[in-house]
Amino acid sequence: MGQKIERDHQRFRKIVRGKVKSNLSKYISRGELIGKKGKDLISIPLPQIDIPQFRFGQKGSGGVGAGPGQPGQPLGPGQGEPGPSAGDQPGGHILEVDLTLEEMADILGEELALPRIEPRGKKNIVTTKDKYTGIRQTGPESLRHFKRTFKRALKREISSGTYNPSNPIIVPIRADKQYRSWKEVRLPESVAVIVYMMDVSGSMTDEQKEIVRIEAFWIDTWIKAHYQGVETVYIIHDAQAQEVDEHTFYHTRESGGTKISSAYHLAHQILEARYPAADWNRYLFHFSDGDNWGDDIPQCIDLLRQQILPEANLFGYGQVESPYGSGEFFDYISELSEQHSHLICTRIPDREAILQSIKEFLKTGR
Amino acid sequence: MYSRYDTRLPPHLRALKQEIEGYARDYGLDFYETIFEVVDAEDISEIAAYGGFPTRYPHWSFGMAYEQLKKSYDYGLSKIYEMVINNDPCYAYLMRSNHVVDQKLVMAHVYGHNDFFKNNAFFAHTSRKMMDEMANHGARIRSYVERFGEDEVEAFLDRCMSIDDLIDVHSVAIRRRAVGNRYEFTTEMEQVDETQATRFRSKDYMDEYINPREILRAEEDELRKQREQAARAFPEQPEKDVLLFLIEHAPLKNWQRDILSIIRDEAYYFAPQGMTKIMNEGWASYWHSTIMTQKALSAAELIDYADHHSGTMAMSRTRLNPYKLGIELFRDIEMRWNTGRFGKEYEECEDVEKRRSWDKKLGLGRQKIFEVRRIHNDITFIDTFLTPEFCVQHNLFTYAWQEQSGNYFIESRDFAKIKERLLFSLTNFGKPWIYVVDGNFRNRGELLLKHKHEGQDLKLDYANETLRNIQAIWGRPVHLSTLVDGKITTLSFDGTDHTSRTGGEADDTRRSTSGKSR
Repeated sequence: MGQKIERDHQRFRKIVRGKVKSNLSKYISRGELIGKKGKDLISIPLPQIDIPQFRFGQKGSGGVGAGPGQPGQPLGPGQGEPGPSAGDQPGGHILEVDLTLEEMADILGEELALPRIEPRGKKNIVTTKDKYTGIRQTGPESLRHFKRTFKRALKREISSGTYNPSNPIIVPIRADKQYRSWKEVRLPESVAVIVYMMDVSGSMTDEQKEIVRIEAFWIDTWIKAHYQGVETVYIIHDAQAQEVDEHTFYHTRESGGTKISSAYHLAHQILEARYPAADWNRYLFHFSDGDNWGDDIPQCIDLLRQQILPEANLFGYGQVESPYGSGEFFDYISELSEQHSHLICTRIPDREAILQSIKEFLKTGR
Repeated sequence: MYSRYDTRLPPHLRALKQEIEGYARDYGLDFYETIFEVVDAEDISEIAAYGGFPTRYPHWSFGMAYEQLKKSYDYGLSKIYEMVINNDPCYAYLMRSNHVVDQKLVMAHVYGHNDFFKNNAFFAHTSRKMMDEMANHGARIRSYVERFGEDEVEAFLDRCMSIDDLIDVHSVAIRRRAVGNRYEFTTEMEQVDETQATRFRSKDYMDEYINPREILRAEEDELRKQREQAARAFPEQPEKDVLLFLIEHAPLKNWQRDILSIIRDEAYYFAPQGMTKIMNEGWASYWHSTIMTQKALSAAELIDYADHHSGTMAMSRTRLNPYKLGIELFRDIEMRWNTGRFGKEYEECEDVEKRRSWDKKLGLGRQKIFEVRRIHNDITFIDTFLTPEFCVQHNLFTYAWQEQSGNYFIESRDFAKIKERLLFSLTNFGKPWIYVVDGNFRNRGELLLKHKHEGQDLKLDYANETLRNIQAIWGRPVHLSTLVDGKITTLSFDGTDHTSRTGGEADDTRRSTSGKSR
């Protein structure tokens, strides 16, 4: 590959990082990518920088096409902008390509300059699996390889001259029989659990939940790209915490007071019971508007410091802006984060900030 | 210089080249020596990103083009078949991974282009040593990058590229104004005399009556006024070559002026390719199809050839394929001149049946299309040879944008309308006409541009951003007078703020000199 284009390309990428960061964040915050979460395919536009030139607007535009159709028939909202029909340029259309979620996560990682998450060695658990890999002469009848056995029998009969094509009866004898054999395969498996906690007290509006939803999706995607078998736990809390399913997590709206410690307590219980630190990489994310019941704060800090943080890979605290909340919890938790490098606090005032927040959360690569 | 790319053709391709070149010559094509280079997919993406010139100056936009080409190749969305450079010798690139039948097709196609480059009148002014010139441009810009810093040079290049379409493509053939009047000092003196009013010869005692003093004074005033006006009229005529105007009059540093002229040179070099896209591709396609189907194709290759040829010719409903339109028009012309379907007699014949079976067995088709490829560009080509029958046969229609629904609609299948739309989209490359009207606007050294409105408004956000770039080059505030929703609007950028003013004045700015405050 020529170095020349490589330089220009790198230059372009650099500009784009400055520029596409904003484009990409716009893209994410529009939530378009999430609509396709169920399926595996997502289309992303290639980054493009338009040098402005004097151009015609769309109004009064048109051109010449070819094909069937009556006057008055719609052609659709110009695929891109059907530029001058026979001009010299291909026109400024966005090229869409289909990507898998894994590729998407890679691109996200590249755009955000995220490090790869290193699976933590000591927490890799090893599973053994039986895998059928070969053939042997002995074995239980239930594992007999039907096709191979009869092939061998046929070969033997033909070579010994006992095969009669007009009456093709093949009887395998003991020596013909073939059985499947298996091997024990030891699979190192790194597993992760993500705990999402969300404050659903009266002050969290739908907009804030949307922000949480978008952010959670991308974090999910990123972590899933690096671990097999990611499990998710959803906890919602107001003054009390409860574990819920995904749907409820995003759609519930409670009202009333806020006691963050209840969520931390529950999270710790669940983790201890189901996801022992020896076997699991633990990721915890908590989203709140930071409006906590005053007396509760010391308790939260204690829980974090003594129980949750020592055994977690990462604890992310994202504070969404709320018109009602005072947001004072942020000050306490960010104080704590100075002592713990894997406790990360970000503010997410609006959708534009989501990208930056994800970057903060994941940049440590733990 | 190009040793990076493999110029030594493998033997089977060398044999192929000789074969195809022989066919092309037999058909009467007249071309420059062609150098085929065999390159990999990544290389061809790189070369294409540089517009065909591997030695071009560095700029991120080529990196962007490269990424798009490469990604769309990687994902199987598109593939560059051929790439040919207007140069003597002519350079053409063959993709290593292509099948033999594709290589044949590309070679035949390339000889078509090559012949067109050499013979079409609109290419006559282009440099045939562009490979070297581009390398030269590249070296100059690289040296500026080293001396003045990448960011500085890049920022200036970005601005230049923003206006690289503001050239006057016909100026290569027309002398718009006298050149080299910069050193003529005499005119000034003569003009002083001109302000003297005409005096009629008279006897002394009759002078009062024959040359009344008031009238003389009035005439002198008038003349002086006119002269002042003329002096202020700068440029004298509206100039379409905005780049040239900026090169000559903008307060640029030498390296900036040089870069701007590099951009302008390259724009003029590439312009004919835009002006003859339909003809050029049509001509090349006509010849690859003729050579392939009559000479070069072996029976085993037929299906692959047909597949690839039809892929290239595919029409979309909203984008007219220049390959298809061009080849069909050339074939149509050939058919019409073979059968004599032209001229007064044919045109005035109203008997449909007679027209359909019209055949004078003239056999002038081949000769005619060679003539057409020499003297026409896309606009005159369509204007002269598009016929109602052709539009019906190829199912052409016009479409238009409908504001309320945000959709394009099929507008009409009327011949006149189709021709009009098509010509409009080709005129000035389908881009707006922008002129420099006044380089000393408001007598304050500001720049006034004018958009000659022909029915379609400008894209305003783009226009504003472009003005910003021109302002950075011009140094003083710049203005663009245009129509928005039928109202005269002047967009301005003074270095910090954009303003947009609706209403009169724009047309007679020339006279609005003193005393008018805005």
